[in-house]
Amino acid sequence: MVKFLQRVYVYLIFSFLYLPIAVLMVYSFNNSRSRGTWGGFTFKWYQGLFYDRTIMGSLYSTLIIGIGAAVIATIIGTLAAFGIHNSQGWQKRLVMNLTYIPVLNPDIVTAISLMILFVFTRLRLGYLTLLLAHITFNIPYVILSVLPKLRQLNKHLYEAALDLGATPAQALWKIVIPEIMPGIITGLLLAFTLSIDDFVVSFFTTGSGISTLSITIFSMARQGINPKINALSTLMFTLVLVLLIIVNIRQGRDQKKERADKGDPKKQISAYPADPSGLQSGFNRL
Amino acid sequence: MKRSSAMAPYLLWIVFFTVVPTLLVVYYGFTQSGPEGTHWSLSNFTRFFEPIYLRVLWRSVYLALISTSICLFLGYPAAMIMAGRAFTRKNALLLLFVVPMWMNFLLRTYAWLTLLERNGFINLILGYLRLPSLNILYTNSAVVLGMVYNFLPFMVLPIYSVLSKIDRRVLEAAQDLGANSWTVFWRVILPLSLPGVVSGITMVFMPALTTFVISRLLGGGQFTLIGNLIEQQFLVVGDWGFGSAISLVMMLLILLSMALMSFFEGDEREVSLW
Repeated sequence: MVKFLQRVYVYLIFSFLYLPIAVLMVYSFNNSRSRGTWGGFTFKWYQGLFYDRTIMGSLYSTLIIGIGAAVIATIIGTLAAFGIHNSQGWQKRLVMNLTYIPVLNPDIVTAISLMILFVFTRLRLGYLTLLLAHITFNIPYVILSVLPKLRQLNKHLYEAALDLGATPAQALWKIVIPEIMPGIITGLLLAFTLSIDDFVVSFFTTGSGISTLSITIFSMARQGINPKINALSTLMFTLVLVLLIIVNIRQGRDQKKERADKGDPKKQISAYPADPSGLQSGFNRL
Repeated sequence: MKRSSAMAPYLLWIVFFTVVPTLLVVYYGFTQSGPEGTHWSLSNFTRFFEPIYLRVLWRSVYLALISTSICLFLGYPAAMIMAGRAFTRKNALLLLFVVPMWMNFLLRTYAWLTLLERNGFINLILGYLRLPSLNILYTNSAVVLGMVYNFLPFMVLPIYSVLSKIDRRVLEAAQDLGANSWTVFWRVILPLSLPGVVSGITMVFMPALTTFVISRLLGGGQFTLIGNLIEQQFLVVGDWGFGSAISLVMMLLILLSMALMSFFEGDEREVSLW
């Protein structure tokens, strides 16, 4: 009985989380523009989506900025993680504390401080400023994903490679980088996700004419309800769901293989779809 | 793995895009420019302590506190049940909990517009049930609802991860020593889960305090929060000095509450701020 009530409680919480999304999805197929009536099944909002120049344009900018910022942030961040890992004392503490500033600062403060900087330096607000801003808030998450991998790395591996005749560059490329690759990939994906999801920083650092998907959604939502947004939400949600399922199946398969290889009977728990530490820190930015 | 050269691009980046902007905010916050030039002044801060703006600050803190409490009271039992024995497939359960968070934040907030508006889904259902309609869109209640909806997982996940790590044998030991389930909860489970509770509170309170999107979309124009005030100063009024001063006050508020929280949380974090 207690168990039953407990389950009911959790299901209620889940319906609270999913109901709005479900309603949104159902209305995206509603032929009538008003919410009170069901005017039959239609795909017209989806078609409208693809012919809407603003939406398609902002999708394009979102992807360009997201990919660009993620790649650059991953390069700078990975290098920085090497540097931080190998430094000590007050230098390390100073750099780490500075790294935490964009993570801990409220989004809006990061946004206005960057906006002041860009206007102050007379940079024209647009693609470039968006890219710079996104790289800035992405780098810390890359560093925080790569650092734990560097800490786990057996430092004798590098020395062994040198002893066996590898040049430092070879040892780095063939030994160290492959070892920390999972951290780099997590950082890259996290950075990309954060970029795509960001609204506040983009809103303040973009110029006229250039808008990301989030900004477009905001300006459409401010004018009230628009069935095209429902269609867009449905597409984005389905995409995320499919990606998560794929990642989870892959992870499950890897773990099964690992367990079989090691003969480890203990169940390995992966609570989160991606790296838990990365995701946890990602929450702060939402 | 050279030391300084690997870090060089990042150091430059920090200086240009973190340190300099922060200093610029401080500069604008503490100066006043008039026709006779720019001079140091505290007037932006004294202005913030005028009653109208203090009311905005108070409303933000108040709404954030309410949302955080609701999240705690809804989320703690949920986390406890999920960590307990009622469910066997915990990974799937957690995944289900995380999935809505991967949807764009704006879309999640926007979804409530469809539900709450006058002819919206909730009133449709209420109408079928012949219950009076609910008109809370563009009020404080809608803002709180939006905050709870968006930030509830931030409360549940940290509490869950602490609770699921509690050694069952500790609970059994307490029961063996004669504690009933209430005593076990109050004297053992709750104290052990406090770090999770504290980080949950922090993770809900901070974004709730600083949001300007939720209040803008669900609260309508008349319910300004501190985030909206900052946005207005920069994008509408163009008073950067005042906007910077409010931002500095907000940063101070956040730092204070984080210091308070880390005091309760104990020395668990690897790297602390300052």
